[in-house]
Amino acid sequence: MAQYLLIESRDPFESNDVTYYYDLAKGLADGGNEVTLFLAQNAVLAARPSARSAALSALARGGVKVLADDFSLRERGISKLVEGVAAAPIDTVVDCLAAGHKTLWH
Amino acid sequence: MSKKALTVALMDPPYESENLTTAFRILDVAARRGYDINVFAYEGASGLAFTRQMPHPNPVHGKNVAEENHPTTKDQVAALLAETEKNGGKLDWVNCGMCVDERGVGEFVPGTRRGSPADFHAFVEASDNVLVIPTK
Repeated sequence: MAQYLLIESRDPFESNDVTYYYDLAKGLADGGNEVTLFLAQNAVLAARPSARSAALSALARGGVKVLADDFSLRERGISKLVEGVAAAPIDTVVDCLAAGHKTLWH
Repeated sequence: MSKKALTVALMDPPYESENLTTAFRILDVAARRGYDINVFAYEGASGLAFTRQMPHPNPVHGKNVAEENHPTTKDQVAALLAETEKNGGKLDWVNCGMCVDERGVGEFVPGTRRGSPADFHAFVEASDNVLVIPTK
């Protein structure tokens, strides 16, 4: 089992590529890997209860750890998160890098 | 926590993308931990350490230079160098030479250097992990 950190920076309302990145996270998790999806910048817009947030909750139920950058959330005035998504500091990214997680940025 | 060596590749030019804000936040955490850090500044990012960047006033808002307190990426690079050294780490910041020449940004913050993608390859070989932050 490998450990993956997938960093998503894009807004799913702006880019359909985000859906493919979610699919990658799901595929890796379904394959028995430990997967963290870290939302940063406009990607945290999907962490609000909205038309696009159900996909994140589904990922969380499927075993993906879904985190949202606390700084990006504060910048955008987001305090209420959908089920399965937790706020986290940017230190999380460095923790994962230091621990050797395979890390991708989108 | 044991000392680590991390490599980050940047491609975005100054003042255009939030990617760089996030990148500097990540680098700052690594610097505070005393990690050894390698940065390969590629394409537009080769201008991040360009020393002739100038903070500016904001006459529309009636602010002078001090009041506007406009951040420059060259100062952020210099601060990152200082923070890394203060905590016992080492920052090797390489500006892609061809990218620098194309853009005429060959005057670097002291402590950064000119290099090539071969340096990035060496960084990858020597690091515990690598993060590539591409342009959108």
